[in-house]
Amino acid sequence: MTSIPRPVAMLLIALVVLLALFPSCGGLVFPAKHAFLMQKLAGIMILAMMAMSLDLLVGVTGLVSLGHAAFFGLGGYALAILSPEYEAANIWIVLPAALAIVAAAALLVGFLSIRTSGIYFIMVTLAFGQMGYYLFNDSRAAGGSDGLSIMETPAIEIAGRTLLKLADSDSFYYLVLALFVGTYALLRMVLNSPFGQVVRAIGVNENRVRGLGFDPVRYKLAAFTLGCTLAGLAGFLAAAQYGFVNPTMLSWHHSGEALMMVILGGMGTLFGPAIGAFVFELARFGFESTTDHWQLLMGGLVVTIVLVLPRGLAGLLLDLARRGGKQP
Amino acid sequence: MTTMPLVPVEAAPPCDSRACVLETRGLTKSFGGLVAVNAVSLRFLERQTHAIIGPNGAGKSTLVNLLTAHLPPSGGRILCRNTDITGLPAHRMTGLGIGRSYQKTNLFPSFTCFENCRLAAQTRLPTSMRFFRPAARYREINRHAEAALDLCGLSARRDRVAGTMSYGEQRQLEIGMVLASGPEILVLDEPLAGMGREESERMVALLRGLAPHFTIILIEHDMDAVFSLAEVLTVMVNGTLLETGPVEQVRASVAVRDAYLGDGAEAY
Ligand SMILES: Nc1ncnc2c1ncn2[C@@H]1O[C@H](COP(=O)(O)OP(=O)(O)OP(=O)(O)O)[C@@H](O)[C@H]1O
Ligand SMILES: [Mg+2]
Repeated sequence: MTSIPRPVAMLLIALVVLLALFPSCGGLVFPAKHAFLMQKLAGIMILAMMAMSLDLLVGVTGLVSLGHAAFFGLGGYALAILSPEYEAANIWIVLPAALAIVAAAALLVGFLSIRTSGIYFIMVTLAFGQMGYYLFNDSRAAGGSDGLSIMETPAIEIAGRTLLKLADSDSFYYLVLALFVGTYALLRMVLNSPFGQVVRAIGVNENRVRGLGFDPVRYKLAAFTLGCTLAGLAGFLAAAQYGFVNPTMLSWHHSGEALMMVILGGMGTLFGPAIGAFVFELARFGFESTTDHWQLLMGGLVVTIVLVLPRGLAGLLLDLARRGGKQP
Repeated sequence: MTTMPLVPVEAAPPCDSRACVLETRGLTKSFGGLVAVNAVSLRFLERQTHAIIGPNGAGKSTLVNLLTAHLPPSGGRILCRNTDITGLPAHRMTGLGIGRSYQKTNLFPSFTCFENCRLAAQTRLPTSMRFFRPAARYREINRHAEAALDLCGLSARRDRVAGTMSYGEQRQLEIGMVLASGPEILVLDEPLAGMGREESERMVALLRGLAPHFTIILIEHDMDAVFSLAEVLTVMVNGTLLETGPVEQVRASVAVRDAYLGDGAEAY
C-alpha cells in the first residue's frame, strides 16, 4: 500500500493531466456540453476529496463512519453563515474559520464516539450525523430545510487585489483540481509518516498496537479529526460551487454514498476511493439520463462490482499491474 | 537422581545481589468463579532468565497478561523497579521497558517484516504523532528495526509480507518486534510453540544470546529449552506457585516431578 506500482501511478497521472486539460481542450471533444461537463467534473472532484478523506477513517484506521456527510455539510454551512451578505467573502478568513469549526466539531464527536468500536461506532456516528442534519433542518437561522444561499461566492485576495473569483468557472475548476490533488498528496504524506504507520496498524490489529505501546484512542481521534476536517473542506467547495447549502448535504444518504465510493474504489488505497467517486458519479449521470429507474441500475452496478472485485477497482488495477510486471 | 537432596524453596532464597526489576505481590486474577492466578508472589531479577512452567490451563498466560497490563488484576500488586505499576494501561508498559510476545502469533499480517519491526521501533520516539516526515526517513528508528530483523534472523525476509511467511518465521518476527521496541524486560509466552526442531534450535540459540543482556521471563513447555536457558524456574499448577527456585533445585523436587515433569511431561 505504501508504494503504488509504476503502471498504476502512470495511469493516475494521466487521468489528472486529462482533468487539467479539460477546461482548455474539453470543448473540442464535447463542444455542446463543455461548460456543463466542467461543472460536473469539478463536482466529482469535490466528492472524490470527500471519499479519500473517508478512506482515512474507514479503509486505513478501521473507523466505519456513517456520519461523514455531516462534516461535509458543516463545512458548507460554515461558508454560507460566515459569508457577508452583499460582498464576496475573503477566502483567507472564511476557509480557515470553516475548517476550524469542522475540526472542533470532529474533535468533539470523535472524543465521544471513538471508544466504541464496530457496529456501535457506526451507530454513534450515524446518530451524530442525524443530529447535525436536524440541527440545520430545524433551525430558522440556517434557513431550515430550504437551506441558505451564498449571494457572492468567495474571492481570493492578496494585498487588497482580487486574484481569483471563485464564481469564475475556470478559476474554480483549477482551484478544485489543485485542492483535489493536494488532498491526495496530504493524505499520502500522512500515511507515510510515523503517525500513518500507527493508524494503518490500528486498522489491522488494534490490540497489538496497544500492546506495542501506543494509545490507540489518541491516534484514532487524530485520524478522525483530520479525515472529517478534509470532508469539511470538500463541503466548503461544494457550497462555493453551487452558491447554496441545504440539509441534504448532511444526510445519511450522502454518507452512505461516500462509503459506497470508498468500497467500490478499494478501501485503504486512497486513490481507489477517488476513482470510485468518478465511477459512481459518472455511472449515475449516465443512468439518470437514460432511464427513470436509474437507482435500480446503480444498485446493480454497486452489487456487481463488490461481488466481482472484493478489493474494489484499485484492487483490480493493482492486480493487473502486478501480473503485467511479472510478464513484461 | 532420586537421591538428590530436597531443599524447601523458602529456606533457600538465592543469594543474588542483582536488582529486582519486576515483582508481583499476591497477584490474583479470577474469571468468574475460576481463579486463574492465585496469590502469586514472584521476584524477577535484572538480567536473569526466569522460566515459568506448568500444565495447560495453569494460568501462565494469564500471569503474562497481568504482568503486561493486558488484563487488570483482581487482587495484588505489580512493582517495576520498586514502583507500583498496578492498573497502568497496557500501552504504558513499553515505556517502562517491558516488552512481550504472544503465545498466539499476534502481528500485522499485511505489513512487511520490516514494517512490523519499524512500528515496534517507533515506540522509542517520545510520540508517533508526527505527520510530515516519512517514517522511512527516521534513520535511527529504521536502524533499530533492521537490527531487530537481523537479531531474529529475518534480514533476508525484510520485505516479505508477514502474513505470507511460514509459521516459524512469524514466531521469529514476534521476537524481532519485541526487540525492536528496545525493552529491558522480555516477557515471552511460549516462543517455541508450534515450531519445528530446526526452528526451535535457532530460537533457543537466539534466546541464549539475549540472556546476558535482558531480564527474560520465559513461559515454555519445551523442557530441554527451559533447562538450557533458565537460571530460575517456577512451576505453576492451577493458578498457584508449586515451586520456585534455582533450576537444579526445582528440577530435583519430588513434588514437581509428580505434578508436572512425571508422566504428564510426555504429553508435551
Ligand atoms: N479471558 C478469560 N476468560 C475466562 N477464562 C479464562 C480467560 N483466560 C484464561 N482463562 C482460563 O484461565 C485458566 C488459565 O488459562 P491460561 O491461558 O493462563 O493457561 P496457560 O497456563 O497459559 O495454559 P497453556 O499452557 O494452555 O497456554 C484456564 O482455565 C483458562 O480457561
Ligand atoms: Mg498459555
